[in-house]
Amino acid sequence: MAKTLYDKLWDSHVVRELPDGTCLLYIDRQLVHEVTSPQAFTGLRTAHRALWRPQAHLAVPDHNVPTKDRDHGIADPTSRLQVETLERNCADFGVPLFPMQDLRQGIVHVVGPEQGATLPGMTIVCGDSHTSTLGAFAALAYGVGTSEVEQVMATQCLLQKRSKTMRVRLEGTLAPGVTAKDMALAVIGALGTAGGTGYAIEFAGSAVQALSMEGRMTLCNMAIEAGARAGLVAVDDVTLAYLDGRPFAPRGALWDQAVAAWRTLVSDPDAVFDQERRLDVSTLAPQVTFGTSPEMVVAIDGCVPDPVKEADPARRDAITAALRYMDLKPGTAMTDVPIDVVFIGSCTNGRLEDLRAAAQVVRGRRVAAHVRRALVVPGSGLVRRAAESEGLDRVFREAGFEWREPGCSMCLAMNADRLESGERCASTSNRNFEGRQGAGGRTHLVSPQMAAAAAIAGHFVDVRQLV
Amino acid sequence: MQRFEKETGLVVPLDRLNVDTDAIIPKQFLKAVGRAGFGANLFDNWRYLETAEPGDTRPRRPNPDFVLNKPRYKGASILLARANFGCGSSREHAPWALMEYGIRAIVAPSFADIFYQNSLKNGLLPVVLPESTVERLFQAVEVTVGYTLTIDLRAEKVLAGDEEVGRFAIDPFRRDCLLNGLDDIGWTLQQAAAIRDYEARRRGEAPWLFAQDETT
Ligand code: SF4
Repeated sequence: MAKTLYDKLWDSHVVRELPDGTCLLYIDRQLVHEVTSPQAFTGLRTAHRALWRPQAHLAVPDHNVPTKDRDHGIADPTSRLQVETLERNCADFGVPLFPMQDLRQGIVHVVGPEQGATLPGMTIVCGDSHTSTLGAFAALAYGVGTSEVEQVMATQCLLQKRSKTMRVRLEGTLAPGVTAKDMALAVIGALGTAGGTGYAIEFAGSAVQALSMEGRMTLCNMAIEAGARAGLVAVDDVTLAYLDGRPFAPRGALWDQAVAAWRTLVSDPDAVFDQERRLDVSTLAPQVTFGTSPEMVVAIDGCVPDPVKEADPARRDAITAALRYMDLKPGTAMTDVPIDVVFIGSCTNGRLEDLRAAAQVVRGRRVAAHVRRALVVPGSGLVRRAAESEGLDRVFREAGFEWREPGCSMCLAMNADRLESGERCASTSNRNFEGRQGAGGRTHLVSPQMAAAAAIAGHFVDVRQLV
Repeated sequence: MQRFEKETGLVVPLDRLNVDTDAIIPKQFLKAVGRAGFGANLFDNWRYLETAEPGDTRPRRPNPDFVLNKPRYKGASILLARANFGCGSSREHAPWALMEYGIRAIVAPSFADIFYQNSLKNGLLPVVLPESTVERLFQAVEVTVGYTLTIDLRAEKVLAGDEEVGRFAIDPFRRDCLLNGLDDIGWTLQQAAAIRDYEARRRGEAPWLFAQDETT
């Protein structure tokens, strides 16, 4: 029978199936960070359990780490305790760790692929919802809670039920200045934040094939914002070229054997999905969110919508509340919305390609005088070093950006990088929830190019006019 | 895990779509390394007029407009919510906070996937009822001070007094775990031989997946 890519990944990992369809699913790789793991390690200790396969794990601190003056350590005692707890747990249980001072440290979803630790055909979990990012490698990758983190540590398995499958075909050619981020936001706008609940979404079509691995990761990263636990992209030459030579990737004869297996990780031509969607992206404009949910998104040439025109009463209330929180008036052109802060980074858009694209917009220009702060936070130490070797740090610094060390930073503001109440931020991250970037802060999600352009103009602008 | 069989309790309505886990328990409280202490910061940004960092002991004023602070809902153990409850991050701190506050079941038209699983694994019961039923319940709670519901997991029914107001379904395996307070790890470790067999077979098919194990 014809199978979808999801079916192939699922079927090859079932250890046992129970009568009600619940499966004991084998997990090939677990990525670990400091926020969602301490209670899992404690659980193991309490029950006198070891890790089933320590080497199937890779740990890195990212959420809490400072992005400047690292040599002084972590000033916030609670953050420090959490990072030190991770270090101690990894030492005690034999889990490979890239500590904060390691050049390879970075955001867990950036580090995994960069190391080749996330390979096609794997099942990959992490105590973090944006694990969906790694589906870009034709791996079944999704976020789990701390109980499940502990279960994978103890058993290398999870008890799960099969998801439904959805294919989203993105066809056409993106205009210059329009990116994978804009596609992701447009898909969420079309599906809604719960449209993908219960599904694994495979992204297909010419516009997806044309993306680099970085772009595919951006797209899969945001699958969770449409409610889908997992995003997927089939294996092709782009996937293989990215992985070849990465530290954790197989080499020599093992590489050839792996490649032969990976080539089959595509949906069969006549495979049937539970749902199919299609979007032509040729005319897609850069996207910008206006509200407190990623589905509250418009094109940059659009306006803040009027909730009165919303037919569904619950959605009307939600938009009304969002506009109050965001301090926006219906009918305001998005290009008239001024900003105070710019954040370029996160597991959505903190990779080298993102920084290059933003730098291209910034080059030779200055951050607008009233913009209080403009941050560039590379996704990992290796991204940072690569960007520096191309001189991108200079481009940003000369324009008035701060060039920081890698981590989650202002994506969720667990460290010192955060918005003040009432501040408005053009952010390349993935969530615009109330208080996400700091209590009372207002987040607008955009692509790196759009964030860079907003920094220069001091308000949102259509980056297509600049590139 | 805490067992769940039947819960009769006061209902508190949270009339908002897409309540995310950042709202349920804001990120600054995730720095804790234990499982306890999150209840005090449940819905922190909505519940208090001042923000706080972990360890703050300054007294804070409760926000009188937030539903959990209304005297009539004090002691509620059933949360009535709107669609897509628990969306956003995977933090299990969200169900921990709800449980510690005293919530034992959440009734909503739909839940985000990860939150739903996390709740089940902690003995917090997510109950999915049709949108129209949930709407009726919101109206009933509004007009009836002291409105209580009974959630009967064995029968998979929601009752108001003796009257059945809705039926729900939980996967049989999950239901058994909840009824008996069984956790997944204990169950899975009983399957150790099957896991070893799987690994042996997989090592033959895809040896590169085990290459790192050999390096130690
Ligand atoms: S960058 Fe943001 S979304 Fe990504 S893992 Fe870190 S906190 Fe989560």
